[in-house]
Amino acid sequence: MSAGGRLENANPVIFQRSGERLLTASDEDEDVHDRIDDREIFDILFMTSTGSFPVLIGSLPHLIRSINDPEHPLSLEELNVVEQVRVKVNDAESSVGVEFTPTIPHCSMATLIGLSIKVKLLRSLPDRFKIDVQITPGTHASEEAVNKQLADKERVAAALENSSLLEVVNQCLTTRSI
Amino acid sequence: MMAADGALLLSLVEEFVSGLQDSKAKDTAAGVRNGQFTVLQLVEALGLSLTSSQPHTRARGVQLLSEVLHECYGNLTEREVEVLIAFYENRLKDHYVITPSVLQGLRALTKCAALPPGSAVSMLRSLFQDVHVQSLMLMERSCVYNMLINLMETREAELKGLGADFVFGFVQSMDGERDPRNLLLAFQIAKNIVHRGYDLGKFTEELFEVTSCYFPIDFSPPPNDPHGITKEELIETLRAVLTGTPKFAEFLLPLIIEKLDSDVQSAKLDSLQTLTACVSQYEHKDLAEFLEGLWTSLRREVFQTSSERIESAGLAAVTALTSCLSRSVLNSDSEDSLSTFLDLVLKDCKHHLCEPDLKLVWPSAKLLQAACSASSRASHATTAAVMPSLIEQYSSRTQCSHRRTLLEVVLRFIQSVKTSQSSENEESVFSAFRQSLCGMVFSALSETNASLQITATSMLTSLAQQTGLLLDSDVELAVDHLTRLLLTEEDDRVSLAVVDCAGALAELHPTVFITKLIPRLKKEMFSEPMDEGDNRAASGQPSHHAMRQRCLSALAAVSTRPGVVRESTPVLLEVLGSVHAGSAAFSVEEVVSACHSLRRIAEQVQDTEEMGRCFHEVVIPRLISLALQAALQGEGSSGRRSPLVEEVVLSAVVSVISTSCARLQPMLAGQTASRAVSLFLDDDVSFLPDNSFPSQIQLLKKQQGDSWSRSQMVCLLMGCVCSLPRSVEVPQIDQLMSQLEELSCTCSHPLSYNSAAKCFSGLVNKRPQGDSLDSLVQTMMKRVCRELDSSSSPVRTQALTLMIWVSKALLLRYHPLSTALTDKLFSLLDDTDLGAAAADGFSLLMSDSSDVLNRGCHADVRIMYRQRFFSENSAKLVQGFNAAPQEKKSNYLKALSNIVNKLPKQVQITELPALLSLLLEALSCPDQGVQLSTLSCLEPVLVDPPPALIQQLEALVSRLLALTSSPTMSVKIASMRCIHAISRFPEHEILPFRARVLRALARPLDDRKRLVRSEAVQARGEWFLVGSPGGR
Repeated sequence: MSAGGRLENANPVIFQRSGERLLTASDEDEDVHDRIDDREIFDILFMTSTGSFPVLIGSLPHLIRSINDPEHPLSLEELNVVEQVRVKVNDAESSVGVEFTPTIPHCSMATLIGLSIKVKLLRSLPDRFKIDVQITPGTHASEEAVNKQLADKERVAAALENSSLLEVVNQCLTTRSI
Repeated sequence: MMAADGALLLSLVEEFVSGLQDSKAKDTAAGVRNGQFTVLQLVEALGLSLTSSQPHTRARGVQLLSEVLHECYGNLTEREVEVLIAFYENRLKDHYVITPSVLQGLRALTKCAALPPGSAVSMLRSLFQDVHVQSLMLMERSCVYNMLINLMETREAELKGLGADFVFGFVQSMDGERDPRNLLLAFQIAKNIVHRGYDLGKFTEELFEVTSCYFPIDFSPPPNDPHGITKEELIETLRAVLTGTPKFAEFLLPLIIEKLDSDVQSAKLDSLQTLTACVSQYEHKDLAEFLEGLWTSLRREVFQTSSERIESAGLAAVTALTSCLSRSVLNSDSEDSLSTFLDLVLKDCKHHLCEPDLKLVWPSAKLLQAACSASSRASHATTAAVMPSLIEQYSSRTQCSHRRTLLEVVLRFIQSVKTSQSSENEESVFSAFRQSLCGMVFSALSETNASLQITATSMLTSLAQQTGLLLDSDVELAVDHLTRLLLTEEDDRVSLAVVDCAGALAELHPTVFITKLIPRLKKEMFSEPMDEGDNRAASGQPSHHAMRQRCLSALAAVSTRPGVVRESTPVLLEVLGSVHAGSAAFSVEEVVSACHSLRRIAEQVQDTEEMGRCFHEVVIPRLISLALQAALQGEGSSGRRSPLVEEVVLSAVVSVISTSCARLQPMLAGQTASRAVSLFLDDDVSFLPDNSFPSQIQLLKKQQGDSWSRSQMVCLLMGCVCSLPRSVEVPQIDQLMSQLEELSCTCSHPLSYNSAAKCFSGLVNKRPQGDSLDSLVQTMMKRVCRELDSSSSPVRTQALTLMIWVSKALLLRYHPLSTALTDKLFSLLDDTDLGAAAADGFSLLMSDSSDVLNRGCHADVRIMYRQRFFSENSAKLVQGFNAAPQEKKSNYLKALSNIVNKLPKQVQITELPALLSLLLEALSCPDQGVQLSTLSCLEPVLVDPPPALIQQLEALVSRLLALTSSPTMSVKIASMRCIHAISRFPEHEILPFRARVLRALARPLDDRKRLVRSEAVQARGEWFLVGSPGGR
């Protein structure tokens, strides 16, 4: 599958999008309390509901550069880097778990993708939440090491003190129109 | 020449040459123009200067002569020109300081009509021989180019006589030119050479080299560029040169292939567009040896594209290339380069079509479709190669997503061919695959996958639009499928697609829709839900309702042909009739949908007399009759009330009537209007069907007690008389107006007095200017003011309503009396009871109303009436606000935000600085309506903030942050959108607020409502990036 020369993966498999979250009447009803659900976390990461920016798309420039399908540029969702089923949230217990799947077992960007997901959630969720970001079991060569880094609060904090790392993470989280 | 003139001339020369007085050139030129002296006398007078041993003196002398010629070249005789040219040509060999003036003089001479034969050639020979253009200054080079351009315009034959020497001379002159202004001139000359058939001789490659070295153009004009040269201009002119002749093909094509490999996006784009432009001139033999290289580059650009613009430019180039190859006449001995090229495309793309789950299926399909759309030959060849395998794949694949992709690809092939086939009778390219394609569509329609069904409906539409692809039996089958989907399919997107498809098919094959679809839909709509009384009723009911809604909108969509309309409108009318009679249980919502369908039909049918009669003689009388029966029946019994007295239903009926009156057959509309007037004024019911009405109806008279069902009928009158074209007259207008005024000022039922006021204002808006209109308005105003000024009057609200509507009618047409009315409205902002209603009135004044006083109703609406109103009244509003007691201030803020909200953004931005403090005040006003409308004014302005706003950032941010904890979600959402927008302000301005904003936005992250949280997430995410490395 390495037909394109300089690309890591020129002709990747495409997965279907789950489409935008439909607005229901209860969404606009002031009296209904909407619980934070899996889909909401998913949209925070990919923003399909607002159609404006696939937040993490910047983290895979080598892949995204060549990508284009009839309706829309591919997002991580279509590349199946993160799937909805691997987002688990419990609003009552204030916990969120996200598992992401790197496209290839040796993807060098895994830590960065994980860190970006974690930072995005830290910025987007109330601070009562405990946020747990992990690699889908069995999908990456150095799974354990990456998971350990992402789980270590102090290492995450230290990483964000590092301005060049913060810069890359911020770039992943920057609105861009493609 | 008089002696005095001679002396004058000598002194002018002296003062210019030795005295260095530049202004004397103008005086000398004036003397030549008015005949005081001739050019030759000037030359004589210059004699000493021109032969001076000092080059600077000679230069000065030549300069005077050239400047005079520049002004007076039109009056020269052929003899004079001949002498002057000889002189100037000779001077070209002189000292370099003289050259600029010599060139200036020669340029003036090139504009002479009296240029003797042969002089153009001799001028150019001397020029090319004696002057090295690129060592001249910018202005002089421009002078040379202008000479060439002038001569090319008037002496084309002579220049062509120079043969290739001309081209060679030009090539030498422009070689190395760097100034964009001069380049534009040089490209212009090159373009003339190429397009007007100058002999390039052996200098083809030189001419190409000297121009193509600028390709692709990379130029960004300096800021505040005074010359106004744009990159686009340069690109266009250079492209015209490079693509102008097939002789350049062997040089240009390799260059394009090379530049396509560039990493600069604009270079790629320019190359692709240049390729598309050049092949329109080329033949297949020009392309032959580069086809493979070009294809490799084009394929790469589409396969690995990084931008949509490049992709579409690449596809356009493929189409252009293919169509060039298709044009060529084949010799028996030459190979068919079209098929060579198509073989290349097919070899690289076809196999990707067999991998519908991989990414390259799309770019491959697009490339093939681009080739396919180029010509009939290309489409035959391409489809013959790809369709069998696509069809085979479709039947062998089982996954819905794969099948959908394949179906979509096939659909796009059909659509790509649609554009290329010109003649209607020609058999479709797809005839050979007819059966399989129909099979695919029908099998996809039978699937349960929504996206597959949606694609299948588009494909059905495309097949129908190609000659001979759908046989009558296929159309029948298609209609069966569509009917089934309409009746059973619950997915909204699918039903929308099905309705669209039915509309498109009905246009082409009306008969099947008349005989099959309409009767079936009617039967199903009128059937009662089967599981009535059952415990499944709760779940069964909504789906039956949704089915009826789909049928109603399908009935509208298919009704474009008169034959169909004749069948569909009775069904829709029957819905209303049976619901009125109580014989079928349609909900109010369904009745409203039936009316909307009728309105849509009135909008989309052709404006023929037949359709006019259908609406004005059948539909409208029937609607009015039903409404009238409902109104009279509602009064008598206290029992069941017909749904036709409901306001929503009546408004929907009004929209049918007013749409028909506005667009179908003005003559017939006028007849409807006058029938309506005699119904309302004279109780004339003769035009209504089911004529069993009492003799005294008196619809416009005030009824006893609270009986409103009759008085509200006035809205139907409005539908009939207010949307007529202005040329149609309404009968008995004076009596009508006075009764409408009476009703609107006395009736206590809101729909009735509102409709009466609207009807009155709709008529006022269209009445011709003059005393009769003025006195009508003044009489009304007197009455209204009497009521408004008496605080005990029971009809103050009614009077206010009428006044607002009439103000609007007058304001729209710039009538001078409107000011008196709106001033009264401003004064009411202080009124204890009506202040808030008056403030809301401004919203009505400034917004478009849907049923009256809009352009669709042929109302007299001047452009920019809102800006005009605003600029005349904003000061009043500010004054009123400052003077008003504290508890009334909010009315002013509300009025202001109502007005500003409706202004175009450009006006808002310019007016904002003056109003900013008031708007900020409005943000802290407790009224949520005011908060919301102020926020919605602010948001667009924040995209491009005026300096005044940045100065008030502290006040703005504090107030916005306070609103994020409003109890109302819409206010929270709107305020966070504004905060989001502020994150794009210049960083140094907003950085001080970052910590505060982030803290404040943490709270809405945990809001009860998801929509609020989502805005908070977005705004907070952006604010995190402010001032952070990598952020912006």
